[in-house]
Amino acid sequence: MNLRPDPTFHASAKLAMEAPAETLAYTLLLSPDASQPDALAIIDVDPKSKDYGQIVHTVVMPNKGDEFHHFGWNACSSALSPLTGHAFLERRYLIIPGIRSSRIYIIDVKGGPKEAKIHKIIEPEELFAKTGYSRPHTIHCGPEGIYVSTLGGGGKDGTDGPPGIFIMDCETFDIIGRYEMDRGAQDKHYDFWWNLPRDYMVSSEWGLPPQFENGIVAEDLIGGKYGHKIHFWDLRGRKNVQTIDLGENHQMALEIRPAHDPVKEYGFLGVVVDNTNLEGSIWTWWREDGEFHIRKTATIPPEPADADDLPELLKGFGAVPPLVTDIDLSLDDRFLYVACWGTGEMRQYDVSDPMEPKLVGSVHIGGIVRKSDHPSGNAYKGGPQMVEVSRDGKRVYWTNSLYSTWDDQFYPDGVPAAMVKADAGVDGGLTLDEKFWTKFPDGYRSHQIRLEGGDCSTDSFCYPSV
Amino acid sequence: MADLFNGTVGLWLAVIASGIYHGVNPGMGWPLAVSAALMEGRRGALFRALAALAVGHFAAMIGILLPFALMTMLVQWQVEIRITAALVVIALGLYLLINRRHPRFLARIPPSRLALWSFLVALAHGAALMLVPIYLGLCGTAAQSAGHIAAGTLMSGAAGLSLLVASVHTGAMILSGGAVAFAVHHWFGMKFLSKSWFNLDVVWALSLIAVGGISLGALWL
Repeated sequence: MNLRPDPTFHASAKLAMEAPAETLAYTLLLSPDASQPDALAIIDVDPKSKDYGQIVHTVVMPNKGDEFHHFGWNACSSALSPLTGHAFLERRYLIIPGIRSSRIYIIDVKGGPKEAKIHKIIEPEELFAKTGYSRPHTIHCGPEGIYVSTLGGGGKDGTDGPPGIFIMDCETFDIIGRYEMDRGAQDKHYDFWWNLPRDYMVSSEWGLPPQFENGIVAEDLIGGKYGHKIHFWDLRGRKNVQTIDLGENHQMALEIRPAHDPVKEYGFLGVVVDNTNLEGSIWTWWREDGEFHIRKTATIPPEPADADDLPELLKGFGAVPPLVTDIDLSLDDRFLYVACWGTGEMRQYDVSDPMEPKLVGSVHIGGIVRKSDHPSGNAYKGGPQMVEVSRDGKRVYWTNSLYSTWDDQFYPDGVPAAMVKADAGVDGGLTLDEKFWTKFPDGYRSHQIRLEGGDCSTDSFCYPSV
Repeated sequence: MADLFNGTVGLWLAVIASGIYHGVNPGMGWPLAVSAALMEGRRGALFRALAALAVGHFAAMIGILLPFALMTMLVQWQVEIRITAALVVIALGLYLLINRRHPRFLARIPPSRLALWSFLVALAHGAALMLVPIYLGLCGTAAQSAGHIAAGTLMSGAAGLSLLVASVHTGAMILSGGAVAFAVHHWFGMKFLSKSWFNLDVVWALSLIAVGGISLGALWL
C-alpha cells in the first residue's frame, strides 16, 4: 500500500497522455510447440538508451505449454474512484494467464526491469474448482477487484457450461468466484471492457475451445459457428441487459475498445472475417436513451492472390482475407489502429467521428502474400497482430503471432517472434521506426505487449477528459 | 484535552472539526461530485451529487446517534453507556488498524446511488461512530446544566441534540467537501485529486482510538 496514489494512476485519459513516456515494454513470449517454458520479455523502449529495442530481462516460467496470450496489470487508473476504495494500490504486478494450461502467473515488476520475478502461481485446478471456467484471457481492474474473462467452461475440452468472467482479489490474488448473475444469451466469450461511471460493460465472442485449440475449424467458419454477437451488461448488477447479433456471416467478434473518455457512450469492435466475402470490419456501438446499438462503420476488402501463394486453408478462395485480429484506440479517442494479420497491414483510422472512420495511415509489413520486410532489412514473418499504443499516442508497437495452431495454418513457414514500432503523426500518418528491431530468443513467438505505466488497452478512467 | 471534552465549546468544535475531516477526505465522496459535474457538463450536477452525499452521511450519523439518544433515559447508567460507547469506538479503530481492507460490497453499489453509497461508507468506516463519544459528552454537559428533570424531557432533549449534532457535523462535512469539489471543478482540475489524496487509513483508525480514549479520560477525571 502506498501513502499516495500510484503516480501512474490518472484521473482522466487526458492527464494520462501528459504523463512521462514509457521506457519499458513487457512482451509475452510463447513456445508454440511447448518445447520451452513461456516467458515474459522486458524490452527497453527508451530511444536514448543503448539497449533501445532490445530485451533487457526475461522472466522464464517454471512450466511448459501454458501458451501466453493476453495479460494485464493488478491495478490501474480506475483505482482513483472513491467507489472502489482501492486508491492506494500499486501498479506493480502483471497478471499473466496461460490460455492453454489455465494456469495464472502473478509477476512482480517492482524495482527495475532486471528485478522482475514470479510472485504467485495460481494452478488450473484452483481456477476450475472456484469458477467452473477455464482458458483465462482478458484482464481488467474493476469495481470489485481484477476481472478476468475466460474462453472455456468446465470439463476437459472446456465445453461443460458456458465460459464467462471471474473476479480475483486485487491484493491477495485469491480467486473470488464467477462474475455473472444473469448471462442471458451469452454462451461464448472473448474480450470485455466497460464505462465505469456509466456502469455498463460490453463483451464479445471468439469461439469455444474445440473451435480454436487445434487450429481454426474451416467448417465452423463457413457454417457461421464462431462468435458473432456482442453483449451489453449492467456492470455492477452483473446482468446481461442486451445482446445484439451481428449476423452469422460476421465471424469472430473480438476486441472491444470503448472510448476512453467516460462522457462518450460509444466504442468499437473488430470482426475478423465475413465468411461471405472475406472482408474484415470495424463496428461502432453506442448507447442512446439506455439502449445499445451497433453498426458496421468500416470494411477492409480481401486482396486477390494466386492459389500457389496461399496456404492450404485459403487456396480455394483465390484471395487473402485481411483478418482483423486486433484493434486499439488512442487515449484521445481519435485514432483507431487496426491490425490486418492476413494481408500484412497496420491501418490507422481517424475516428473523430466514430460513425465515419477515415483511413489516414497505413504500413505494410509481413503478410501471407505480400511478405513485406521491415525497413531495417529484417524479414518479418506473420502479420501485424497485437497492437499497443503509447499513452501520448505518438508510438505504436505491435507483434506478429496470433495463436500457435492458427499461425501454422495461415503462415506454414513459421512466425518467429517479432516486435516493431511505428511513429504516429500528430494528425495521422504512420511510419515504421527502422532502428527498432528486437532480437528474440530462438523458438519463441511474441504476443501481447504492455507498456510501463499503462497503455491504451489497460487503464479505465473514471473522470472525463476536460 | 479532558477539559476540552467537558466543555461545551470544545465539544461543538469537535463536531465541526470531524465534519471537515470527513468532508475533505476524497474517500468520503467529493470527487464523485466533480465527476458528476464533468459527466453532465453542468455545475448543477455537482450540487445535486453533494446533496445526495450529504443525505447519506446525515442518515448514517442520525442512525447511530438516535439509539444513544434513547438510551439517555437510563440516566443512572450514563457512565456505563459512555464507557461502552468509547470502548466500541476504540475497538473499531483497532480493527481498522489491523484490517485495512475496504469492504467489497461497497464496490457493488451503482454510481447512480450516491446517497446509499455515502450512507454505507460512513457506517463501514466508522465515521458515524466517531461522533458518538463527542455527542455523549454534549449530552452529559446538557444534563449537568439542566439539573434533575423528567426522563421524557431529557430524552426529547437528547433526541433534539442528536439531530443538531448530526446536522452541524454533516453541514461542516458537506461545506468543506463541497468547497474542495467546487475549487477542483472550477480552478484546479482533476490533477488535484491524485496530488492531494493521502492514505489516511492509519490516521483514521488512530483518530477513532483517540476519540474513544479522550472520552474515557474525560470520564475518569
